[in-house]
Amino acid sequence: MASTTIDTHAPGAAHHPALQHHFDNMEQQKESATLGMWLFLVTEIMFFGGLFTAYVVYRHAFPGVFAAASHHLDVTLGGINTAVLICSSLTMALAIWSAQINRRKLIVFFLLATIALGSVFLGIKTVEYRDKFHHHLVPGTSFAPDDPHLQGVAGQQSQIFFALYFIMTGLHALHMIIGIGVLAVLAVLSWKGRYDAHYHNPLECSGLYWHFVDIVWIFLFPLLYLIGAHAR
Amino acid sequence: MAHHDPKRSLLIYVAVFLALLIGTGATVVVAKTDLGVLNDVAALGIAVTKAVLVILFFMHVRYSTRLTALTALGGFLWLAILIGITMIDYVGRGAIMPVPGK
Repeated sequence: MASTTIDTHAPGAAHHPALQHHFDNMEQQKESATLGMWLFLVTEIMFFGGLFTAYVVYRHAFPGVFAAASHHLDVTLGGINTAVLICSSLTMALAIWSAQINRRKLIVFFLLATIALGSVFLGIKTVEYRDKFHHHLVPGTSFAPDDPHLQGVAGQQSQIFFALYFIMTGLHALHMIIGIGVLAVLAVLSWKGRYDAHYHNPLECSGLYWHFVDIVWIFLFPLLYLIGAHAR
Repeated sequence: MAHHDPKRSLLIYVAVFLALLIGTGATVVVAKTDLGVLNDVAALGIAVTKAVLVILFFMHVRYSTRLTALTALGGFLWLAILIGITMIDYVGRGAIMPVPGK
């Protein structure tokens, strides 16, 4: 099944400077890179999957406490961050699109836009984290929520919710930080003219990673921020 | 092959982007409405729809080889097995025979 814009039948197409000697042609090279990246993403699905499983187990055990604890997360900031991340996914897709139409400066522009939006996300996340520390909602010895619903045993159970919140969003944020680093390198390489319509596998694979991180957040937002939101 | 025509793929990207934004808005609106158990179903339904849109169009699985599509699907299948079989235990424990020590 054809999956790229590369016309492998064109004379000279197989001699693209980026073609590694162990591949027959550019198309095979791209399909191998895409498949390899997806295999990595499958391990990422299972990596985050363990945490999602823990979330389901404990939410099933303490549904009321999870709903009460969820009320302490800021839906507005979480919603804005969801929109910011979706925008960054669009700019990431457009960076690859720019490579496909051979627009070098446009690739760099959209990569920088993606980095900027990712940074906005992390900035908003920092504000949220600071708020949790301020209100003593971080699990541990200083955990002391000012909420009648989260006292005693319920308070202890709610620490599991906040622990999951920090681990899952923290791990997600770590992925974003790594992604921003990767995109920064790619922006430099793109500026140097390393990628064109025939070869942009690093952009494609980094895009897969970036979109995957977006998908994780698409699930984290309703599962963490919006439990029992109608009862607020 | 979607990328033969850059204008068409640009339109698809923008359409998917708008659908994702609308989905986010719908997630919040639905969550603030009391639907009972259906709240969870709706939240997950919208999230899965958004994820599928991202996977098919932003991640180009719609235009990838079947092997790549199968690999992606396999990952989520294994996730479903992980969560599904774990919860069969947690939900069903003690339903058929008493749990020793309880």
